[in-house]
Amino acid sequence: MHAFRNILRIEARLYLRDLPTLLLTVGLPTVILVVLGLVPSLRKPDPTFDGQTFVSYFAPSLLVVTLAMVGVNILPAVLATYRERGVLRRLATTPAHPAALLAAQLVLALAGILASALLLIVVARLAFGVPLPRHPLGFTLAFILGTAALLSLGLLVAAVARTTRAAQALAVPLFLVTMFFGGVYLPRFLLPDVVARIGDYTPPGVQALLDAWTGAPPQALHLGIMAVIAVVAGAGAAKLFRWE
Amino acid sequence: MPVIEVTHLKKRYGDLVAVDDVSLAVEAGEIFGVLGPNGAGKTTTVECVAGLRVPDGGGVSVLGLDPRRDAAQLRQRVGVQLQESQLPDRLRVAEALELYASFYRNPADPAELIDKLGLGDKRNTAYKKLSGGQKQRLSIALALVGNPEIAILDELTTGLDPQARRDTWGLIEQVRDSGVTIVLVTHFMEEAERLCDRVAVIDRGRVVALDSPAGLVSTVAPEQRIRFRPSAPVDDRLLTDLPEVSAVQRTGSQVVVTGTGELLHAVTSVLARHQIVAADLRLEQSTLDDAFVELTGHRPAN
Ligand SMILES: Nc1ncnc2c1ncn2[C@@H]1O[C@H](COP(=O)(O)OP(=O)(O)O)[C@@H](O)[C@H]1O
Ligand SMILES: [Mg+2]
Repeated sequence: MHAFRNILRIEARLYLRDLPTLLLTVGLPTVILVVLGLVPSLRKPDPTFDGQTFVSYFAPSLLVVTLAMVGVNILPAVLATYRERGVLRRLATTPAHPAALLAAQLVLALAGILASALLLIVVARLAFGVPLPRHPLGFTLAFILGTAALLSLGLLVAAVARTTRAAQALAVPLFLVTMFFGGVYLPRFLLPDVVARIGDYTPPGVQALLDAWTGAPPQALHLGIMAVIAVVAGAGAAKLFRWE
Repeated sequence: MPVIEVTHLKKRYGDLVAVDDVSLAVEAGEIFGVLGPNGAGKTTTVECVAGLRVPDGGGVSVLGLDPRRDAAQLRQRVGVQLQESQLPDRLRVAEALELYASFYRNPADPAELIDKLGLGDKRNTAYKKLSGGQKQRLSIALALVGNPEIAILDELTTGLDPQARRDTWGLIEQVRDSGVTIVLVTHFMEEAERLCDRVAVIDRGRVVALDSPAGLVSTVAPEQRIRFRPSAPVDDRLLTDLPEVSAVQRTGSQVVVTGTGELLHAVTSVLARHQIVAADLRLEQSTLDDAFVELTGHRPAN
């Protein structure tokens, strides 16, 4: 516990030292939100979105941006680099276990995701009148499960990739798929219906987030799938993870 | 009592036998060299000692403990610097040492260690900005920060320039003088000759010799060679009659005498008796290099 705390403190410092990456991961969704929000027509209620504004409709997809960046891009890259450079192995020679470093990275990933989501929700509320999630419990649950599913996939990538390059080769397509089905590249109402439906079940489960944000309880099946992905990918990662 | 005992160690990676049969014992307070060509199984051997790899056969005992079963205890008491192990780019020297110090019950003072290793003015420098020698010294510092009883150092001067290598050697001697037992993996003969009290030469996963560097040289390659230009013609028989001399050759104006024992004394005496001056006199003794070639059939790296 003692070692974990110290490692977390140092890793947090390293995270903060890499300011460009930090600003990008935490701030990018909010920047996109602000840019879109500056377009007046996107702030008008629209029947296409059940009377919501486009900005409201699109906000859950913006949550996907940070989740995908941190979960399937940064986390596996950092872990694979640490393994490739022998950081994990060196730690294994000391009384601290390399798992402490992995745990610290997970905590930081969560912190980044949380900070980014809070920033987005608050700015959306204050600047563009997007209501706060109307089903807070459902939203929290959908957010936790979606995050868990993506982080587990990220860990799985880190587990099966032997090198940093291999991790990148796996992470990039996974990232693109996550962003695409999450409706980031093209808003989901423009996607063919079947693609949008698939997106309901790909992590982080953007439909569940949208439902809970706008007031409906998220569907059990949507949440269940996220939980299953989290557990299966997490177990796979735990089984396959190599410290060297 | 030895602090490290390895008996008939065996380790495979799939079909590849990395360590076939290695037995050795390291005494308290010595610098013990593990010498051998690339791929000989040196790293695998010391990683089994460090508890990082599970042997397929044979026994390893460190400070009377089992590296796997008593891993928690041994991690407090054994410092390891792994071959090719790096740190995060943005981590600073002092941060790294303070973090690693915090893992140990009875750590060294990081600030003192930084000064001792000549990193005083690099305290706040990021790992990525350090030179190869500085990275290596930091790596040694991390292996020592827990105040270990044994330090295992794998290829610690590989990739360093000659000056940095010599500085590192001085450092290792200091560490030994403070009472730490050191296991030094190397493929540099000069390093082994300069630092090690005893050396195990490993080739293809087996110990092919185990002795002091001088002992290795004298048992494997006892020949000495003297070259000189005589001031007056020398009759070969004058030299070949000496019991120390085994052969006399001439290359141009140069005489090359090979032999054993007190060769130099015998040759210079006989020359003096005949009023012959030996100009450009040079004594060439076999080095650990020669012994290494003899033992392994490979040229040592350099
Ligand atoms: N993790 C590993 N997996 C497979 N083969 C390995 C591994 N580590 C080392 N080897 C092989 O085992 C042999 C001995 O390696 P090593 O102990 O690193 O030798 P040395 O340190 O003497 O150069 C080499 O042939 C090397 O390629
Ligand atoms: Mg090696």
